[in-house]
Amino acid sequence: MDFLRPSTLEEALAAKSERPAGVPIMGGTDVMVDLNFDRSRPPALIDLTRIAELREWSLEGGALRLGAGVSYTRVIDGPGAHAPALAQASRSVASPQIRNRGTVGGNLGGASPAGDCHPPLLAAGAVVELASVRGVRRVPARDFYLGPRRTARQDDELITAVLLPRPAGPQHFSKIGTRNAMVIAVAAFALALDAEKRTVGTGLGSVAPTPVRAEEAEEFLAAEFDWDTGAPPAEPVVRRFGELAASATRPIDDQRGSAEYRRHAVGVMARRALAWAAAEYRGGLGGGTRCA
Amino acid sequence: MRVTFTVNGEEASADGVWAGESLLYVLRERLGLPGSKNACEQGECGSCTVYLDGVTACSCMVAAGQCEGRDVRTVEGLAEQGGEGAERRLAAVQEAFVEMGAVQCGFCTPGLLVQSHDLIARTAAAGRGVPADAEIREALAGNLCRCTGYEKIIDAVRVAAEREAAEAGEAV
Ligand SMILES: Cc1cc2nc3c(=O)[nH]c(=O)nc-3n(C[C@H](O)[C@H](O)[C@H](O)COP(=O)(O)OP(=O)(O)OC[C@H]3O[C@@H](n4cnc5c(N)ncnc54)[C@H](O)[C@@H]3O)c2cc1C
Repeated sequence: MDFLRPSTLEEALAAKSERPAGVPIMGGTDVMVDLNFDRSRPPALIDLTRIAELREWSLEGGALRLGAGVSYTRVIDGPGAHAPALAQASRSVASPQIRNRGTVGGNLGGASPAGDCHPPLLAAGAVVELASVRGVRRVPARDFYLGPRRTARQDDELITAVLLPRPAGPQHFSKIGTRNAMVIAVAAFALALDAEKRTVGTGLGSVAPTPVRAEEAEEFLAAEFDWDTGAPPAEPVVRRFGELAASATRPIDDQRGSAEYRRHAVGVMARRALAWAAAEYRGGLGGGTRCA
Repeated sequence: MRVTFTVNGEEASADGVWAGESLLYVLRERLGLPGSKNACEQGECGSCTVYLDGVTACSCMVAAGQCEGRDVRTVEGLAEQGGEGAERRLAAVQEAFVEMGAVQCGFCTPGLLVQSHDLIARTAAAGRGVPADAEIREALAGNLCRCTGYEKIIDAVRVAAEREAAEAGEAV
């Protein structure tokens, strides 16, 4: 096994193109588990931690460009305010030590259906930026997850950044697990309301072979929500929203939870997220700080 | 491959390092620093916690090759130099662990010490006050102890933080 240490993005892209089976390593919190347990012996590791631009984030007209190598801790401390659901999800990942190393790009690279970044990225309408020696392309998160741990990323491509539109309304992430820390989600749910476009975004984790959206639930709520006043949605609307969210799941029974429990949990999280988001939406109407 | 980095203030090199080898393995098996403990090898237990460029990490989750030119501080490097010619003095958090009975079998202790040291450095020692118990628990959520039930550990961290806060207060 070779250990490659590119110091620029150009070098890294060249390395990935020459060694498409080479495994990128950033925080290492997924890669090292596989190596330590002899689950994989890739021909090469491509260390991405020396590439400065992967560790940077910036605001472009209110939209957030988050380098693939920004750790969860830095997401929480820095740009989190510009990506509220992603920040909430980041806070829920593992432990401080893992959050110090683990990255959003690594979560997307592994693309576990239980990865905590995916629901917020789906709900917020994020875009994944992929680069190779052939050029740069941008893939919406909703088109990124193709199958179990399979994504739109080609073998010669690296994930360079995620782009998140300026949040135009409340965003919420919730996750169910067996304890408060160090928990891979049994089920996760993210909700984003866009007050300007009057649209709803959702993202569901750990309840299907890939992270998924609940599109019917999104359309239903966009039509039913009182965008002018943010009035608390009537009970039948809340219930129907939860049912539609739950019906978007395709869960399995495994050691973390049963399929039935997961489906139920998504319905509950969807209803709660809606209540929180509606209250926050009303709070934001008066002060005009909703989009902060 | 050869990997060279700073450990506890001194430059160290290891030769013949395998590409998939962890920082933990290099510290323990090649550099004679067995303080960081090898337990789960999957980032769950925190026993191998070290500072890497000033930020705590599970050294089993870091590839040794990623550490080239970086700065590592292990539990062996927590004790402070007590001034010219003086003996090295345990860090406040280490003394508090001993005093409060926060050590039983001791296997998790090195990781807990480094992680607590970091919490205290960012709070009490930085003039930001003594962390509340909830904050201590949150900071130590990635460090497993199977003996103590954590109560004495939390007590020790609180006591160490109180002492550091008093010192930080005096310094102002
Ligand atoms: C104890 C523990 C607890 C955990 N808890 C959680 C949790 O609560 N929630 C959660 O979602 N995850 C959890 N994880 C998994 C892991 O921490 C996350 O998936 C993290 O986001 C991975 O980021 P990383 O930078 O460490 O990735 P790495 O391990 O470096 O890489 C992960 C994968 O992505 C690829 N990759 C990395 N960067 C790029 C890039 N720029 N371009 C292309 N491919 C890339 C790698 O080749 C690899 O396949 C946990 C892991 C551990 C060890």
